[in-house]
Amino acid sequence: MEIKILGTGCPKCKSLEKLTREVVEQNGIDATVTKVEDIYQIMKYGVMTTPALVVNEKVEIKGRIPSADEIKQILTR
Amino acid sequence: MKNLKNTIWLPIALLPVWFLIYKNLTPMTNWITDTAFGMEKGTHFTEAFRFFIFEFPKVMLLLTIIIFFVGIIRTFFTPERTRKALEGKTTFTGNVMAATLGIVTPFCSCSAIPLFLGFIEAGVPLGVTFSFLIAAPMINEVAIILLFGLFGWKVTAIYVVTGLTIAILAGWIIGLLKLEKWVEPWVYEAHMGINDSEEEKLSFEKRIRLGYDAVKEIVGKVWLYVALGILVGAGAHGYVPEDFMVALMGKSAWYSVPLSILIGVPLYSNAAGIVPIVSVLIEKGASLGTALAFMMSVIGLSLPEMVILRKVLKLQLIAVFVGVVSLGIICVGYLFNYAL
Repeated sequence: MEIKILGTGCPKCKSLEKLTREVVEQNGIDATVTKVEDIYQIMKYGVMTTPALVVNEKVEIKGRIPSADEIKQILTR
Repeated sequence: MKNLKNTIWLPIALLPVWFLIYKNLTPMTNWITDTAFGMEKGTHFTEAFRFFIFEFPKVMLLLTIIIFFVGIIRTFFTPERTRKALEGKTTFTGNVMAATLGIVTPFCSCSAIPLFLGFIEAGVPLGVTFSFLIAAPMINEVAIILLFGLFGWKVTAIYVVTGLTIAILAGWIIGLLKLEKWVEPWVYEAHMGINDSEEEKLSFEKRIRLGYDAVKEIVGKVWLYVALGILVGAGAHGYVPEDFMVALMGKSAWYSVPLSILIGVPLYSNAAGIVPIVSVLIEKGASLGTALAFMMSVIGLSLPEMVILRKVLKLQLIAVFVGVVSLGIICVGYLFNYAL
């Protein structure tokens, strides 16, 4: 699974990245987590509010930080 | 599922408690000051203390409840919807709508760039986009709540109406000037992905959850500023002479409006920190127009946001943006200093 965190470097984006990594680690999910900071790349996903969570190139969450449970649900679906 | 049930019942259960505390704040603070601590009435320290333990809980109570509801309301005003509403609008109507939507659409300066790109890409005119970008930070719920809590509804209404007017007119003027040439060229070349039409479906419980998150995030972030601001206010309340600010920020000082903008723009603070300070300034002799101008320039025009916008705007356009908005703020300042 390929997970991307979109964000230009705001505090919220960092906490989403941290949270996602924790969820991946705790549940032993086989995934790579990358942070996308380049605005040009972010625009390609049509995201207007950061942070956003992208799983396998699909935007799952944007503009907010979901709870750990919610991330887990998305990743284990 | 049990957690979700609680998210609905807990606020309903807390509402009467909230009202009870809010309604009885005056007798409670008087009791704490006069009976529990047995402080001597009328001394500077007692009155400063009374001021703080009354104003701080009052503002925090207002913040908590309003941010909670605003947090829920905001889940209905996503930037995607706002953009859709603004697509293909004629300029003036578009400016009015953009400025109004700027108040309710969630906005943080770190999202300014993707938002700007998203709007331009969808064909929202440049001037209309600016109306949004000016109103969104300047008129926000924290500013409105604090103004209401510390000044009452009249000043709040003045702030909102003049702020909106500035955002509408400044955006309209920028639109008339046809400054698209000063937008970085890559903005018009960039292409948004296909995901943009998708919208997240939120359940009612999730919206309430987001209301909670908003309270946790915003109140958690601003309470310290509120406390410090009111603490300074409490200190000044008892100790600083009433006419302290008259010479510098009073009505008769013609230079006070431009001066307070010059000080206000580089100062970067959120509404939570600045409103209590402004209330002290007014109490100590600053005129309403000058104080409003100061406040608007601190929250509405911030240096960090300019730096962020530099990625998509050429320096000339940022200068025009700051210039036009400052001019608007100066007009508001003089209007309230001299006309009223």
